[in-house]
Amino acid sequence: MSADKIDINHLAKLARINLTEQEKERFAAQLGDVLNYIAELKEVDVTGIEPTAHASPVYNVWAEDIAKPGLSVTEALQNAPAQRDNMIVVPKVVE
Amino acid sequence: MNDYEVVIGLEVHVQVKANSKMFTRVKTGFGHPENTLTDPVVLALPGVLPVMNHAALDAIIKSGLLLSCDIAPYCKWDRKNYFYPDSPKNYQITQYDKPICLRGNVEIELPGSARNVMGEHKLIPLTRIHLEEDVGKLNHAAFDSLIDYNRAGTPLMEIVTDPAMQSADEAFAFLTALKTVMVYGGISDCDMEKGQMRCDANISIRPKGQEQLGTKVELKNLNSISYVRDGISHEILRQLSLVKSGGKIVQETRDYDGQTGTSQSLRTKEDAHDYRYFPDPDLMPVKVDEAWKARLKAECPEMPFDKQRRFMKEYDIPYTITSVLIPDKSLSDYFEATAKLCGQAHAAGNWIANDLLREIGKSGESIDQCKIKPNHLAALIKLITAGTISTTAAREVFSEMASTGELPEKIVERKGLTASASSDDLETWCKDSIASDPKALAEFKAGKDSAINAFKGPVMKAAKGKANPKLVDETLRRLLAL
Amino acid sequence: MSEPLHYKSVAELSSELSSKKISSVELTQAVIARTKAVDAKVRAFNSFDEADALAQAKASDERRSSAKTLGVLDGIPIGFKDVISVKGQPLTASSNMLKNFVSPYDATVTQKLKGVGAISWGRLNLDEFAMGSSTENSAFGQTHNPWDLERVPGGSSGGSAAALAAGEAPATLGSDTGGSIRQPAALCGVVGLKPTYGLISRYGLIAFASSLDQIGPFTRTVEDSAILLNAIAGHDPMDSTSFKTEIPDYRAELKKRKGPWKLGIPKEYFGEGLDPEVTKAVEDAVSFYKSKGCEIKEISLPHTKYAVGVYYIIATAECSSNLARYDGVRYGHRSKDANDILDLYFKSRAEGFGAEVKRRIILGTYVLSSGYQDAYYVRAQKVRTLIRRDFLEAYKDVDAVITPTSPTPAFKAGEKAANPLAMYLCDVYTIGVNLAGLPGLSIPCGYSKSGLPIGLQLIGKPYGESELLSIAHSYEQEHTWGTRHPNIEAQKGAL
Repeated sequence: MSADKIDINHLAKLARINLTEQEKERFAAQLGDVLNYIAELKEVDVTGIEPTAHASPVYNVWAEDIAKPGLSVTEALQNAPAQRDNMIVVPKVVE
Repeated sequence: MNDYEVVIGLEVHVQVKANSKMFTRVKTGFGHPENTLTDPVVLALPGVLPVMNHAALDAIIKSGLLLSCDIAPYCKWDRKNYFYPDSPKNYQITQYDKPICLRGNVEIELPGSARNVMGEHKLIPLTRIHLEEDVGKLNHAAFDSLIDYNRAGTPLMEIVTDPAMQSADEAFAFLTALKTVMVYGGISDCDMEKGQMRCDANISIRPKGQEQLGTKVELKNLNSISYVRDGISHEILRQLSLVKSGGKIVQETRDYDGQTGTSQSLRTKEDAHDYRYFPDPDLMPVKVDEAWKARLKAECPEMPFDKQRRFMKEYDIPYTITSVLIPDKSLSDYFEATAKLCGQAHAAGNWIANDLLREIGKSGESIDQCKIKPNHLAALIKLITAGTISTTAAREVFSEMASTGELPEKIVERKGLTASASSDDLETWCKDSIASDPKALAEFKAGKDSAINAFKGPVMKAAKGKANPKLVDETLRRLLAL
Repeated sequence: MSEPLHYKSVAELSSELSSKKISSVELTQAVIARTKAVDAKVRAFNSFDEADALAQAKASDERRSSAKTLGVLDGIPIGFKDVISVKGQPLTASSNMLKNFVSPYDATVTQKLKGVGAISWGRLNLDEFAMGSSTENSAFGQTHNPWDLERVPGGSSGGSAAALAAGEAPATLGSDTGGSIRQPAALCGVVGLKPTYGLISRYGLIAFASSLDQIGPFTRTVEDSAILLNAIAGHDPMDSTSFKTEIPDYRAELKKRKGPWKLGIPKEYFGEGLDPEVTKAVEDAVSFYKSKGCEIKEISLPHTKYAVGVYYIIATAECSSNLARYDGVRYGHRSKDANDILDLYFKSRAEGFGAEVKRRIILGTYVLSSGYQDAYYVRAQKVRTLIRRDFLEAYKDVDAVITPTSPTPAFKAGEKAANPLAMYLCDVYTIGVNLAGLPGLSIPCGYSKSGLPIGLQLIGKPYGESELLSIAHSYEQEHTWGTRHPNIEAQKGAL
């Protein structure tokens, strides 16, 4: 089978990355190649095969509900691009 | 528009009461200074990993058991991918196709025909309950927005109902009942003011008799208990008048503004998100076995409506009193303890529903903080019944107990409130009282028994409340019979 | 002949420190001097903090003089791939996105190494966010292969491999998602170990593909690899995927296990595209094992041909989600001219990420998107099950699997840059190991005629690091490939 067509604009929007026209063209072609290569997976018979999400599955890995100290406000905001009143500043969010 | 019926489904988010967050161990809390409840995991710094909170899992399984859900033997975590500044990872860890609780129901009570009449009860079926993490909070300033991540990562349950409610009243009753169950189970305080319970509603209308559901509108931000009723009513009217004027309902998400009582469209189906759910590779799945369920089952309290029915039957107290006691688990437990100690459920119910609630309302304390404990109140009721103190004196003892926490016997003794007037004094006061009211005397002699009460007031007044009412009655009758 | 300090193994340095022949400050100074001498050509480091390293060395010497040494690694400088968090140090992932990021916390491996007195030494270059096989995709410039500066050191942990080969650190840490430790180890002529998934905590490792990533050591010898593994392996409550398993003393175990072993040669790994010089070197290694009494069995890993495809679906899917947090909001690059929040996302990510990262995010977004997920992502997870099954089936008959690490020795910089697919195929022999969650190790097994190192890959059973290291050790004991060093001084610096 041939690879599905990539809607690069839609994907860039979902991924929140601006792409230049040049990038769009190049990526679409390169990803097309990759998808053609990947397409050979379709020939594998996977009937009745469970998907592997973890290499070695174990269950119920948790911690008890005991609070521990976190970061100070200074540490929390030390890498912030913009801050005011101990909060992160972003352009006004509507919705 | 009686030829249309309304269909409502709710999605209710309930914050789980926990010490630490869903996937990291920094503290949870409300009202703390901004960004003081964070750690590298909450802020989604590069390289961090989630570790689930055992207590939060306990809480959701317990909720499922309380609401008769099927508890899945296996569930897993998925990432819901979307960009929003209150979501630090730009994905939310949630449960997509394998939620931990399936089906189940919530028993609700609709408003009765009068305040003292129990309303109709219904079971509202649930679709599912799953566990996820809360987001941070955006504060909007004039020209920009400020983000506080204190709330981010708080354990959050999403409770989804079937489209099974037919009015704003039912939705309101659902939330009230759900809140009571959550509080009973110790799962959440469900304080909507603190965002511990939040509600979105899916609302549609259809011609009566039509099987297929109408186009649904999702109403968001019903963030106070009254907004739920107002918002849903408003949306129903909007849809009905739209259809009536020949318009067409479009599938969309609307934002309800409780202050103005209006709503506006946020997005339509066309710009629906593609969340690209997939299993979170950083977390292991959860397996729930019988032993785990049994442990939590043992912790489950009696359900509120079951308790109410039992109170009415076992203690024979009126619906009005139970409807005051039941919504507050501590209060209903308080009642039951008092009633058992003094053996007088009616008196206990009345004292609690009136005097005790007034007292804690005044002091702003919770029932658990109140210095009057069930054994205090039970002892007080016993003193009244035994005629040791008058009702007037009892009220004085009651307020004294509230401030000192002493046992009533002690206060009675300390303040000399015993109905302990000497029989000589009593005899004199009774004689004086009869002599001073010839009119009542004539009536009594003429056969009107209740006229005797007219003599009691002056006696009690002369005794400064310390006369034993029983003894006063006896003395008066003896003198009048002479 | 005695090696200069900067080419000594950790084991040797450790014994010289404990006999007080050298001090940690002297060793650290030697490493700093070597780095200053060669790194202008090799470009292995993104940054290093000389004063901080010397302060740590001084503290180590003080511990030693008061007989409070923390163990075999006390006072040994170790380089960190710039995706492993060290509190107070930059953490950039070689990306403009994190150019100015300073980490406020320690990774678990960092804490463990600090706990045994090791010195955190420098931030090592990589392909941006560990995406690549050549360390050309770094926002801060490519790293050069010390054996031939015109060539790539491999990747993504190219800085970690090159720094070690060039004598700029006695040992380094890298991370391996599809071969990112083993392939650069092969191309730079050092030992690189990718442990079993779950053996080493990933807490504090910048995630590329969470279900595949694993931290591991680069060392001069197999014994050094065992020494580092001793320090960093073990269950971590901060990483839900880290495994609760008994951790043996890998170094002590090395000499206990002597074979002979049953070794499997997967026929699928010796096909088209394999360089004849690599084939020859690997065959020689196989003959060596045979001469030592090992039983060599041809085995089949029938789903091998799908590994690269499966890998690029799973890895890109996970990375598209893992890298969503780099949005210019809480930290990292924020575009200067964003009008609204959406604009801020779109521009910050466009400016902050390099081409390969964008390409993979787009691909990952695609394979997860509505309507395609079953065909790609879910199917890939199923084929992944089959790939793991192939290996576990093989391990019923053999103790370990032998393959080449990389189909070719180091290639020229720029050679594959324009063709992502060709670059992806560099990892054809290493990817299966990550998909199956197995331990894999690359050791030097020869040199090409032009003097480029060739690597041998040994693949072990889950949590079978002890045996795997022993098998490698038995080879290393009778070969001297690892004692050769590149002649950087004689080479002109590449661009």
